[in-house]
Amino acid sequence: MTVLDHPFVAANDIARYFDVSRPLVQRLVAREGRRLLRAVDGVTFDIPRGTTLSLVGESGCGKSTVARLMVGLYRTSSGEVTFDGKELGAARADMAQRRRMQMIFQDPYASLNPRWRVRDIVAEPVRAFGIASGQDALDRVGAALTQVGLSPLDAQKFPHEFSGGQRQRISIARALSSSPEFLVCDEPTSALDVSVQAQILNLMKELQSRLGLTYLFISHNLAVVRQVSDRIGVMYLGRLVENAPAETLFRTPRHPYTRALMEAVPDLSMSGQPRTPVGGEVPSPINPPTGCAFHPRCALANARCRAERPEMMMAGETLVACHAVQEGRDGQPQSIIRAKGTV
Amino acid sequence: MAALLEVRNLRVEFPTRRGILTALDDVSFAIEPGEILGIVGESGAGKSMTGAAIIGLLEPPGRIARGEILLDGRRIDNLPYAEMRHIRGRQIGAIFQDPLTTLNPLYSVGRQLVETMTTHLPIGPDEARRRAIGWLEQVGIPAAAQRIDAYPHEFSGGMRQRVVIALALCAEPKLIVADEPTTALDVSIQAQVIALLKALARDKGTAMMLVTHDMGVIAETADRVAVMYAGRIAEIGPVREIVGDARHPYSSGLMRSIPPLDRRVDRLAQIDGAMPRLNAIPPGCAYGPRCPKVFDKCLVHRPDLMEAGPTRAACWLYDRA
Repeated sequence: MTVLDHPFVAANDIARYFDVSRPLVQRLVAREGRRLLRAVDGVTFDIPRGTTLSLVGESGCGKSTVARLMVGLYRTSSGEVTFDGKELGAARADMAQRRRMQMIFQDPYASLNPRWRVRDIVAEPVRAFGIASGQDALDRVGAALTQVGLSPLDAQKFPHEFSGGQRQRISIARALSSSPEFLVCDEPTSALDVSVQAQILNLMKELQSRLGLTYLFISHNLAVVRQVSDRIGVMYLGRLVENAPAETLFRTPRHPYTRALMEAVPDLSMSGQPRTPVGGEVPSPINPPTGCAFHPRCALANARCRAERPEMMMAGETLVACHAVQEGRDGQPQSIIRAKGTV
Repeated sequence: MAALLEVRNLRVEFPTRRGILTALDDVSFAIEPGEILGIVGESGAGKSMTGAAIIGLLEPPGRIARGEILLDGRRIDNLPYAEMRHIRGRQIGAIFQDPLTTLNPLYSVGRQLVETMTTHLPIGPDEARRRAIGWLEQVGIPAAAQRIDAYPHEFSGGMRQRVVIALALCAEPKLIVADEPTTALDVSIQAQVIALLKALARDKGTAMMLVTHDMGVIAETADRVAVMYAGRIAEIGPVREIVGDARHPYSSGLMRSIPPLDRRVDRLAQIDGAMPRLNAIPPGCAYGPRCPKVFDKCLVHRPDLMEAGPTRAACWLYDRA
């Protein structure tokens, strides 16, 4: 299988708009048109089999919407998602494709039905996809619970009998019970305490190497993302602004937004040191700025940035959408790095 | 310098049908003017409860069962509601996690600021309005004079949290209790708010109790840190010592389980198990059953805070007796 013509999971220029218009009568009275919220606005990436792509960004950047598009919980407004070379179709139409992907949600208190026993929660995908029934299904439940470090005896209990970390293990067991190949994890540890977060992150890494899983990992926490990712995509206002191998991104962040984001994270080692926070806030995706969406907060912005939307382009191993980087006016030692590479 | 806030042997209980739950047990610490004390711990450890007890807003049936809280040498834990209400606002400002629940959605932010100031300070409404604009400018709200009559919903999340901070500060309290002030904010906004809080402590000598689960925020902001576990202080000391070289096995485990930003590790250090629930706190040291260094005494006798080099830790490893 060549990666080039057949990426395992791919998003091709996907977009998702939400109609946030006021009701028709009010629109007619006020003589205004429809209003669209561009939650995701032209995002392209692929994820090779067995690897992890993380999407990071601040609230409202569209990362969770991308997660839902990738498993078909939302339909794309334009563009397409392909899974193992085949376009992602409607949910009921293609069960064979659907059973190969699963999702883990952020809040283990909200994502488990409190009235169901763990046995039924974990068996739900198995039954829904018609993979097994009766004792076979229960055997799968026991196996899935064992995989996530719980006991098969826990199947009899209800969710309230478990702590937050154990509940997230149940969510993972549910996702694994139908033996998927691709897992979309939307902030799987952000509702958890840090010592428990470490348990869950370790578990997810173990499962990946044992089962060869492919992850799309959504998080706002850069430190968490660094621990789990092969590649990292940085999103801003519905667009991908940078996409690079994890270590490259942390060693040489290119996009001014990525650099600002890293600068802003409070770090343990920086005890007492002053920082220069980026000014302003993420603008509204209903009325995004023209040109590059980051230009109102960017120190490097010029007339071109305000007028023309930058396209993704290669800079070393990094894909970055920034006129300043492309024109070499980002003040980064990019030319030096290139020179060293060519010498 | 004399302590501005002193908490002595504080015990908070919740009577329930199945018996009395002890949410805080023997908590003691002090904060000096201009000092920022960070309180960290996992959910349920009692950090927010400590803040609520200090500002006199414990949710019933919670009650202070033992111990005392002194502000400027005066007991405030046993004051009648009306008197405590005056202290809250005038002498102690509170900042909570969610700015939407702190602000009244029906009043403009200007009215809320003016009301707070005219209630607590000997000034009239015109002077209060003038100062309100000044406070909004200080917390970094652009065009404050125009935005003072806007309502909370007209501000974005980060701006709203700034309004809450302005509201906590406008009566010029000596102490600010900030409970997860940046948790609901994005990192870039969080950095702005932290910078603001630090400047206040430095420039105005305001003391601050900063409750958060985010160790990064603590490392950048606090002077000293108290680590809480199951309703007690496990360790308290200078921020550099706690973050870099904690003495209590729980604090050091907690610090090591934080994913590092500056490098990738194959496997994160994890603390197995979970913090016990209030109705199932084990005898002896509450951390004993999860502690890698546990020995016989820990499972029987409960350790109090004792000297552990530059910090004080509630751990029998540091017992010299």
